[in-house]
Order: sequence, then C-alpha cells, then structure tokens
Amino acid sequence: MSGMLSNLQILTVAPVFNVQLIIDGLLIGAVFALAAYGMALVWGVMNIINITQGEFVVLGGYVAVEFAAHGIHPLFAVPVAAVFLYVVGWLVYRGVIFRVVDQDLFISLLATFGISILLQQLMNTVFGADVRVANAHLDSWQILGGMVTVSQVKVVSFVTCVALGLGLMWFLKASRLGQAIRATAQNARAARVLGINTDHVYATTYALNAAICGTAGALIAMAYTIHPYIGLPYTLRSFMIVIVAGLGNLGGVILSGVGLGIAENYAGFILGAQFQLAFVFLLLVAVLVVRNWCLQRQRRYLK
Amino acid sequence: MTGGTRVAVWGALLALGLAAPFLFPAYLQQIATLWLFVVFALTWDLVGGQMGYNSFGNVVFVGVGMYGCAVTQIGLFYSVGAYTAARGGGTEFVFNMPQYLGGLATGVVAGGLLAVVTALVLGSLVLGMRGHYFAICTLGLGVAAGELAAGWNWIGAGSGMTAPTAPDALDVNSFYYYLCFILAVVTFFATRWLLSTRFGLAINAIRDDEDKAEAMGLPTTRLKVAAWMFSGFFLGLAGGIYGNMNRFIDPNDLAFAGSTIGVWMVLMAILGGKGTLWGPVIGAAVFQVFKELFWTYLLGWQRVALGLLIVLIVVFFPQGILGYLRERFPALFGHTIDPDPAGASEPEEARP
Repeated sequence: MSGMLSNLQILTVAPVFNVQLIIDGLLIGAVFALAAYGMALVWGVMNIINITQGEFVVLGGYVAVEFAAHGIHPLFAVPVAAVFLYVVGWLVYRGVIFRVVDQDLFISLLATFGISILLQQLMNTVFGADVRVANAHLDSWQILGGMVTVSQVKVVSFVTCVALGLGLMWFLKASRLGQAIRATAQNARAARVLGINTDHVYATTYALNAAICGTAGALIAMAYTIHPYIGLPYTLRSFMIVIVAGLGNLGGVILSGVGLGIAENYAGFILGAQFQLAFVFLLLVAVLVVRNWCLQRQRRYLK
Repeated sequence: MTGGTRVAVWGALLALGLAAPFLFPAYLQQIATLWLFVVFALTWDLVGGQMGYNSFGNVVFVGVGMYGCAVTQIGLFYSVGAYTAARGGGTEFVFNMPQYLGGLATGVVAGGLLAVVTALVLGSLVLGMRGHYFAICTLGLGVAAGELAAGWNWIGAGSGMTAPTAPDALDVNSFYYYLCFILAVVTFFATRWLLSTRFGLAINAIRDDEDKAEAMGLPTTRLKVAAWMFSGFFLGLAGGIYGNMNRFIDPNDLAFAGSTIGVWMVLMAILGGKGTLWGPVIGAAVFQVFKELFWTYLLGWQRVALGLLIVLIVVFFPQGILGYLRERFPALFGHTIDPDPAGASEPEEARP
C-alpha cells in the first residue's frame, strides 16, 4: 500500500516519468490495436470470437525468435511470420473452423479454446517454456535530458503497425476480395446469392487475421518478451478493445488500443509489475460490467 | 426404468463407491479426483446446462474455497503470515488430530461460505450479461483471480501455500477418498432435489427464453444469482477438500486453473450431455479416464491431446453421450415418438 502511494508521489514530483509511461503505452498500444483489428475482422465477418488470437500472436513471435537465434535480423521475420501464420490460419479454418462457423457461438468459442490449449503445449514442446526475446540489436534514444528512454525497436514496431493498419484499410475498401469480405459481413446470404464464395471469404478472413496476429507477434517478440502461455492476455486485450471500440470502427480500435497500452503501463508502474496482468483482466470485467449497466438503463443488455 | 431397478442401480453404484478403496487401492487418488470432477461438472451444468449461462469462471469458487479453507485451517492455530513466510524450512507447524480434523471441518465450511459470498457479489455484477459476453467475462474473472492470488504475499503469492500436514495416525488416502465421495453424493442429490422444485423449472425457463420468463414475472436476476450461489457453495466445499488432498495449493495451476479445471468442467458436462442430471456424472467419469490415460501415456503431449479432444467433442459430438442416446433410443428416456410427424406437437425434446 505504501509502495503504491510512493509510486504515485514519484509521478507528481517528477512528471517526466509520465512522459515515459505514455510513450511506452502508445508504442505497445499500437500492437494491441493491430491484434484487436484482426479479432474484430473475424468477429464481424464470421461471427466467431477467436480465443486462439493470443496463440497466433505468440506463434508469430516464435518465428522472430528463431530468426534471431539463427543470426538473421528479426525484422526479416515480420513478413515471414505473416505468411507462415496465414498458412496456419488457413489450415485451422479448413480443419476445424469451417465446421463451426454457422453454429451456436458457444460451440465456436469452445472449439477455438481447444485449439488454443493445443497450440500452447505444442509451442511449449517445440520451443521450450522459457521467456524468449528476439534481439534486434537496435539502440534507444535518450530524450528530455536523458530522463526518458525511447527504444528504437519499439518505434519501428509502432510504425509497422500503423503502416499495416492503413494497408488493411485500403485492402478492405478497394480490392475485390476486400469488398467481398465486407459484403459477407453485411449479409452472408445475400453475398452468396450474388455469387460470392463465402466459404472462400471466411477462409481468407480467418487466415488474414492469423497473419495480422503473426505480424503483431513478431513485433512483440522484438520489443518485449514472449513465452508459450502468454497468449490468453493478448486474446482478452483484443476482446476488450473491440468491446470498447465497437465492430468495424478502425479509429476506435486504435484509440482504445493506445488507451489500454497507456493505462496498463500506469497500472504496472503504480501497482507493481506483478499486478499488471491482473489489472488487464479486471479492467476487462469492469468494462463489460459498465457497458452492460449503461445498456440496462435502456432495458437492453450485452448479447 | 421401474422403481425397483432404479433402487438396485443406485444401491449398486453406492456400494461400488464405498467399496472402491478395497477394490482399487492403487487408483484411490484418481477415483477421489473423479468424485470431485463429478461435483465440478454437476455444478457447472446447473448454471451452464440448466440455466443456459455458459461460464468459464466457475473455477473462481474452487480457488476461493481452497484458499479460504487453508487460511482458516492455519489461522485457527497459527499466524497465516508466519506460516506462508516459513515456507522451505524454519519453524515447524504441527497439527494434532483434533486440531487437524476440527480445522478441516471449519475450513471446508468457511471455504464454501466464502465462495457463496463471492458468487453473490460477482453474480450481481456479471449475470446481467448474456451469451458469449458472459462467457468471456467469466474467463477474465477466473484468470484475474489467479493473478491476484499470485501477487498476494499473505497467502504465499506465486509460490503458493502448503495445506497443513495431517497427523500420522490418519489414513489420509481413504479419509479424503470418502470425503470426496460423500461430497459428490450430497451434491448429486442436492442438485436433483433443486431441479425438482419450482426453482428448477424457473431456471429452465430462463434458459429457454429469458425475456419471456421475465415477462411472466420471474425475478430472473435473483434466480440467476441464487443458482450461481448454489453451485458456488459446492464448488467451494470441493475446493477446500481438493486443496487438502493435493497438499500444495498453486495459485495459477490448481486454485484458479482457468485453462485446466475451468475448461474441464465445461467439457465434462458437454461430453456427458448438457442439461441432464446424469450427463455430467457420466461425462466426468469418461473424461477422467481419458485424462489419466493422456497424462500417463502421452506425457508432454497431454494438453495437445486434450485440446484435440475438446475440438472433437464440441465439433462432432456437441449433444453429448446422453443427448446421443436420447436421440437414438427415446423410449429409454420415457419419450414417446409421435407416430404422425406432421402433427403440430413435437415430442418432448432434448436441447442440443
């Protein structure tokens, strides 16, 4: 308790620490937003909440880790992770997801939960249970008289996320496939009537989401750390961001992603790093409860 | 089944449960765990199957019961902070027979009551949500509880807690076996009784159509919270016993194990047949056999196999064993098939 108060005091006495927390939160928030964008895509188009999201992120991270371990610069791993995860996502869709797409939501929730448990231990067996990082050998800048450290690799990951987000937006807006995806999201049956192969659209959407997660994961492995069982927090973060932002609202996703990043950094600093994840999960519960209360006043509810 | 055969079947099952320590002494702990799994599956099914609220967070009550029980057992005679701080040697904490048994009884009940209070508080907050929002919210609750316990030094933080050591005179294995067995039997009959009352009908109505149930004047929120408190109570008792049986309480891998026990209870209920009384019992038995086989013969790959099993069950067998049997042999379940399928009324139907 006294530790928390003294941490708060540091923030008021030395406001420069706030700058540090906000910059760090901003940089990681972009990665959260990217993964959340993928979840919103699958949720909106296929009506599936993908619990495997976090495992896709971690798997992408391991691609970068393996690159670094073999002496290749992990930045090259980013496109490779995307392609690899695209294939994984496509296989998962063809193996399992296509059977549960039009079923009860709880069925698909449990099915993706099962895949996530499977992938967790598979990664544990293949890559080991250690906490790993892909060393990108990049420096950091010292700004504001050396009080604030900005790591270059985090900036690189931030820029990549923004570029990728813009690219995705363009893809969904302009390309034929993107238009087909949006049409399917609006009304799958009408899209089928008009000659769109919705099964193909679903497969592409799911694989695309996995690729997005893989990219985010490769960036996370460079700038932060990964281990086989860290997937669930990323899933729940994505879910929370989508809830706050709403489906199909890219601006909202970015804002709430960055907001979550900053809030999490503050929580880690004030409450102590051991409570940072607890804060994330409790924030999810709080967000849901508050959203539901607001709806209940209009005699509606989250469903 | 006629009344006579039913009594015979129940008598045989009870006798088998009572005699198991003599018949299968080598598998005592596995069978004891099975009885706890029966409790987990039955209480999950009350809320998930009978009321239609699929929760991934029921494991919170197991954890609350486990820690509540251990803290009470220790706190009655020693200082809890000193006990957890002395981990790995130093002071010896000895419990004699009356202290151990008295502490255990108080602790298990205290754990159950603590879980009821937790269910009341959490339920009032989250049971307003429906469908998958509720499912993911409870998933968040489960892991959050684990993270909180892992950060709390007084109860041992991430390195967990050891349950009090039993006095040598006590035959621990059979003692805990019978405790688990009694708890499973009590939970079964309590659930059976609850489902036969108006309350059972009311929560079924909530599952079938909550808006209509509310329009009919049922106090749905209070009923939902009450059902969650009921399952929380038995989960809390089970948690207290489980923690003592396992001796070591780990915050993330045992007490609040969202990705193991938390999912297993869902899986057991679905495997056996959601929304039936015997389904969770059968599902727990089948699942425990699978689990032990995986952990014995596929060590290192056991969760891969488990993940695969989850996917296979929910994708290909979502109606569960009893649901399947009911579809194939409706007469066994007392359903008569309408000879004229064009008739307006369908036979009494099992929910998927």
